[in-house]
Amino acid sequence: MTTAPERIVVVGASLAGLTAAQHLRARGYAGALTLVGDEPHRPYDRPPLSKQVLRGLFSADTTLPHPPDLGVEFRLGQPATRLDLSERAVELGDGSRLPYDRLLIATGTRARPWPDPEEAALAGVFTLRGRDDAQRLGARLQARPDRVVLVGGGFIGFEVASTCRDLDIPVTLLVRDAVPLAAALGPRLGGLIGDVAREKGVDLRLESEIERMEARDGHLVAVTLKDGTRIESDCLVAAIGTLRNVEWLAGSGLEADAGGLRCDAFCRALHEDGGVAEGVFAAGDVARWPNPHDDDALVAVEHWGNARAQGETAAANMLAGDASAMRRHDHLPDFWSQQFGLTIKLVGLAEGADSFAVMHGSLEERCLLAAYGRDGRTIAAASIDSARWLPAYKAAIRERAPFPPIADAVDQPRLRVQEP
Amino acid sequence: MKVVVDLNRCQAYAQCLYAAPGHFALHGKEALVYDPSPDEAARGEIERAVHACPVRAITAYSDDTTAGEAA
Amino acid sequence: MSGSTLFEQILDPAHRANPYPLYAEMRRVPVARQADGTYVVSTHTELARLISDPRISSDDLPDPQKFRWTGHPVTDLLVRPVRAEIRKRHRPFIFRDPPDHDRLRGQVMRCFTPERVRGMRGKTQKITDDLIGKMRGKTRIDLVDDFSYPLPVTVICELLGVPPEDEAQFHGWATQLATALEPNQRGDEETQAKNEVCFNEIADYLQGLIKEKRKDPQQDILSDLANDGDGMNDFDLIATAVLLLVAGHETTVNLITNGMLTLLRFPEHGARLRAEPDLAPRLIEELLRYEPPVHYRTRLALADIPVAGITIPKDAPVIFLLAAANRDPTRFPDPDRFDPDRPDNRHLGFGGGLHYCVGAPLARIEAEVALVSLVRRLKGVSLIEDPPPYRPGASLRGPRHLRLALEGVAE
Repeated sequence: MTTAPERIVVVGASLAGLTAAQHLRARGYAGALTLVGDEPHRPYDRPPLSKQVLRGLFSADTTLPHPPDLGVEFRLGQPATRLDLSERAVELGDGSRLPYDRLLIATGTRARPWPDPEEAALAGVFTLRGRDDAQRLGARLQARPDRVVLVGGGFIGFEVASTCRDLDIPVTLLVRDAVPLAAALGPRLGGLIGDVAREKGVDLRLESEIERMEARDGHLVAVTLKDGTRIESDCLVAAIGTLRNVEWLAGSGLEADAGGLRCDAFCRALHEDGGVAEGVFAAGDVARWPNPHDDDALVAVEHWGNARAQGETAAANMLAGDASAMRRHDHLPDFWSQQFGLTIKLVGLAEGADSFAVMHGSLEERCLLAAYGRDGRTIAAASIDSARWLPAYKAAIRERAPFPPIADAVDQPRLRVQEP
Repeated sequence: MKVVVDLNRCQAYAQCLYAAPGHFALHGKEALVYDPSPDEAARGEIERAVHACPVRAITAYSDDTTAGEAA
Repeated sequence: MSGSTLFEQILDPAHRANPYPLYAEMRRVPVARQADGTYVVSTHTELARLISDPRISSDDLPDPQKFRWTGHPVTDLLVRPVRAEIRKRHRPFIFRDPPDHDRLRGQVMRCFTPERVRGMRGKTQKITDDLIGKMRGKTRIDLVDDFSYPLPVTVICELLGVPPEDEAQFHGWATQLATALEPNQRGDEETQAKNEVCFNEIADYLQGLIKEKRKDPQQDILSDLANDGDGMNDFDLIATAVLLLVAGHETTVNLITNGMLTLLRFPEHGARLRAEPDLAPRLIEELLRYEPPVHYRTRLALADIPVAGITIPKDAPVIFLLAAANRDPTRFPDPDRFDPDRPDNRHLGFGGGLHYCVGAPLARIEAEVALVSLVRRLKGVSLIEDPPPYRPGASLRGPRHLRLALEGVAE
């Protein structure tokens, strides 16, 4: 692994892949650089798709900027179909082979399709992951459906619900759990977002699932819930999570499954036997890596910030030569969501928290910063319209400060440690 | 041009709204929305926004016209 | 001065022209305790962190009730406490914390819209052209008195809605009240007494002006604030107006003067700006790093704060030495070089966190119009003295005069 690479292939032409390409060049890599993408588009940004793009604000072209002299050969509209580790080559859908001496796997995820294929194929049933999805759904929303049914209690579901309300389209949001967003934010903040959604006119139905869809001439006309309720709608968006794009790695010898492509702290992909796959790295949503902020528990983080950070770390390590010169991926997970005029930001991972405290502001004002703890340590912090305090809490999380982390502070209520 | 904002880093200082008001807007207190693909004619304003951002969260480059969509 | 602390040396006017070597010495200890118990933060990492730390308060004005007793019961028990209370209620939002700070600042920001601020560009250009026009036929000017001072003052008065004929009286008031930012001045009794007299005068004046704005609202910020239905009370209204006026008088003047001084010290950048006015935004950000108009701000620790291997104790005064962090070599390679092409220039020239300068967008417009116009129109311009004489303030640091020789004024 001490020879400098001359041919680098990046599979996955999205945020992680493009970021890696930029950092490879910024670090002086001058060899061949190929970016493979299964979509026909240049790398584009996804967060605006569920918000301003659907709403029709500004341009729908969210192509990511990059320096004009990036020197990348794009192989777009071509999925990678096979990885041959022994020959050090990637096979594409058109049968061509791309030899590499460093490979970055950044194939990300796709929307989990609606489980019933016949229902999934109905006109009026949508998923939302890529640019083309957003264009189709956006066009449908511009035509003003009578009611949109959203399935899924995650951030995408809430963001699309918010967009529908901005467009004054009636919307029903079906959430399987008793509290929305509880996995990411805990029940208290999840419940708060649910309240806000209701106030903004969202027909939010908790513990609700679809029993079946009704169609006429191949078009969705109504859904029936498991409790028997029938809702007429000709537009349904299934925002029920994602699947990792690892199928093409089957038989390669890499350890990859529904949980992601296993890699080590330096973003190096691992064999099924646990050994390092020489020259093969992973970044972004598809990578499953040991999180140093959580005692090296394996995690795949499907967030924008991680894609950028891991793309950068992987690029540095691809050029590092040997492990002694590599740096570990120690990104502290972070993300944001914009909905109903609020900005929600999270730093760290709140899942598994056993305690919660409002550190600034209040739930009532819907302007607050809350911290999450586990076993007496601070593990996450969430802000609603209070992002400027977050950096201080980010530092506390990195340092695993005792929980609650910051006392005697400005605009701080009497601290009450509660269940999350 | 193509523009992307790191909204993890953005803290709604709103300096970009003053620099390029047609291309950046706040919806609510902190929710920044922006034009990801402004016209080349807006270059001056977009560059002002890039430089005025106190946390340097904005990245902008001119469109790459050297490569096609699909290989 | 050998026995004095490093920060006292920084306050010493003898070091005003070039405090940067002292700042470099200061940075050796990122958070340095001074003999009087003040903690000075001078490195970029630590400053950027603490400026957004919720355990740091901006509510650090000395309590006027700590005056020594006069022995007159009426004065000590009635007049002074009442006056002190009135002064306290007039605390501007730069000396307040959330939630009050956020509410007051939010009300100002609602008036300080992008349309309104951008609308000042044309007016700024006109004032600039007029001021440069008056330099015709002169071979010597004082940039401060002839240009850098009158420009922002005229702009802020217009924005706020202060009649131009009343502007002259603000000159002295603003200079006096700006001492609130200087910890070595604001604590002493004489300065406090002067400030009180001065504040009462300015408050009386503004009270009258606000009455007019309520009777006959105009298209200006004071009218908007005074007629905002769920707006601020009159104490806050006056305090806010004073703040905006003082800031408009005492800060941008430094940015423009420092800018011209820097461009004359490094003429290649002046020439480049003349040929390439699109450089202005980058050049001004670099100027804000290199020679910021405000060198430090004061804060108060509300709790023990562990940072950089030490603990700032609860109730300790804290100095954010912004201008030192702006020259931190671990954040800005070759920091003493003026380089408008510097990438990722995350300077602290406008502060940061909740108290980031409200007037930043206006200051950028003023500096851009001013500097581009000056380099284009002043012909054969050179510094008569370098360094120039400085104003006394160590925080609001800038030349008192910038005497220039010139050969002519282009159209």
